[in-house]
Amino acid sequence: MLKITNLKKTFNPGTVNAKTALNGLNLTLEDGDFVTVIGGNGAGKSTMLNAIAGVWKPDCGKVEIDGVDVTNMPEYKRAALLGRVFQDPMKGTAPDMEIAENLAIAARRGTKRKLIWGIKKAEREEYKKLLATLELGLENRLSSKVGLLSGGQRQAVTLLMATLRRPKLLLLDEHTAALDPKTAAKVLEITDKIVTENKLTTIMITHNMHDAIAHGNRLIMMHEGRVIIDVSGEEKKKLTIAELLGLFEKASGSEFASDKALLSK
Amino acid sequence: MAFLNALPGAVAEGLIWGLMAIGVYISYKILDIADLTVDGSICTGGCVCAVLIANGVPVWLSVIAAFIAGALTGVLTGLFHTALGIPSILAGILTQLILYSVNLSILGGKSLVTINYRDSNLLLHMSDNIGAIIAAGLIITATIIMLWLFFYTEVGLTLKSTGDNPDMSCAQGVNVKLNKVIGLAISNGIVALSGAMLAQYKGSANINDGRGAIVIGLAAIFIGLSVSMKIKPNFVVSLIGVIGGGIVYYIIYNFVILLGLKTDYLKMLSAIIVALFLAIPYLKGKYFTKQKPENMVGASDGKGTAGGEAGA
Repeated sequence: MLKITNLKKTFNPGTVNAKTALNGLNLTLEDGDFVTVIGGNGAGKSTMLNAIAGVWKPDCGKVEIDGVDVTNMPEYKRAALLGRVFQDPMKGTAPDMEIAENLAIAARRGTKRKLIWGIKKAEREEYKKLLATLELGLENRLSSKVGLLSGGQRQAVTLLMATLRRPKLLLLDEHTAALDPKTAAKVLEITDKIVTENKLTTIMITHNMHDAIAHGNRLIMMHEGRVIIDVSGEEKKKLTIAELLGLFEKASGSEFASDKALLSK
Repeated sequence: MAFLNALPGAVAEGLIWGLMAIGVYISYKILDIADLTVDGSICTGGCVCAVLIANGVPVWLSVIAAFIAGALTGVLTGLFHTALGIPSILAGILTQLILYSVNLSILGGKSLVTINYRDSNLLLHMSDNIGAIIAAGLIITATIIMLWLFFYTEVGLTLKSTGDNPDMSCAQGVNVKLNKVIGLAISNGIVALSGAMLAQYKGSANINDGRGAIVIGLAAIFIGLSVSMKIKPNFVVSLIGVIGGGIVYYIIYNFVILLGLKTDYLKMLSAIIVALFLAIPYLKGKYFTKQKPENMVGASDGKGTAGGEAGA
């Protein structure tokens, strides 16, 4: 489904601020994989997702999605293959537009947009049903402006938008990090439900080791722009945080250096 | 009495400038771009229309040509901004400067071209203010209906989202750059249309027409929205409000002239009105709000600041 080959990216090359964010990254995802990604600050997690989404061009290497080489495809075209939820709840929805309008724009991702009515009547009914599955009471607020929703509600709507049209690959960039613990748990629960029901191939970055172990069928840890740990199946299910930290020290030769990750056990 | 006599003229001119303000509304409010092209494109619309009519081209064809010319000026600014990466304000200023030369050459090197209004069957002219009000009213109604329909189409919705949240739009497969160019084209097309009406109304096109138009447009928007947002904050009501804002602006304008203020000061007055409207929400927020506890992320403050850490 996804194949990343020898991907490299350096920000501000040739200056004192040069930072190698991806350093020969290789990663292959099978159809239906739900991968959680952890790693310290600056390990290259978000950079990897941005490379897949096409926010900028990598210095070298290749990204293939479902057998198509997308390395040089512009971001808005690649969006046809991807569903994305960002860390910032403000980033995934248009605040001055109605919930229904946001959903309608997402429902047409990857299609040629025409000069025909932007939301059909039947769609509103469908959106109502989908919003009801979130259990956040949004099903009767189709014409509310998204800007009036809370951060958690906005992330849930963004999740819906990302998956309304089945993406080849769902990219979740610490999408619960900006939420309070209770809301974060709810959004994670919705995430799990949507991903399993639709059997979506998913990459979820998290700073929470516990979440990384509890969700998905595969876990990778990144360090200095590369994947250093990759566990899946039974091995992953039995993993504990202590073991994970041990693995990290062995693989990287250093101590795990993210307070955020350690604090959130 | 003098004021009442001036009223129909003020309303007619206010309608024309209100239409221009709708053009500005599209760039400033919908696309979130302060587009300074309009100072030039309103003049381009007037020049194209006046020169064509003076050369015997049918009036309606001249008006359409003015719209298209205006749309092209918007495309130019859009390309400066999206294809060449020039900040939008600067892109508008560059086009504005280019248009000064272009407009001069359209006028054949002269600074003024007059239309013989008796022979040319104009849509509107200041010799008949009531007729001008009706004609302008019809054109504005048609424009609002078309915009209303357009902004509810699949394309129109993505134009709104482009201004509202470019990140979200891009992630949903919207070509943000193309949309900005399209939006600026529509905006400046409408501005040029109002320029074409203004030239007919006055019976002439002058190379200096439109200087400071952006400020008048913003003033009309602020005056109009301050009322219409309280009635019903939807698209059509907002546009009608903007038209109303244009009329109010011109009534005040005429009133001030009658009070004996030198017309030299009017542009300054417009600028002060706009500065006040821009400053009031800021000052209000700074000095007149009570402190309230910080809400959790995602409180209803409308637009979010995209604070993603690149390369984290």
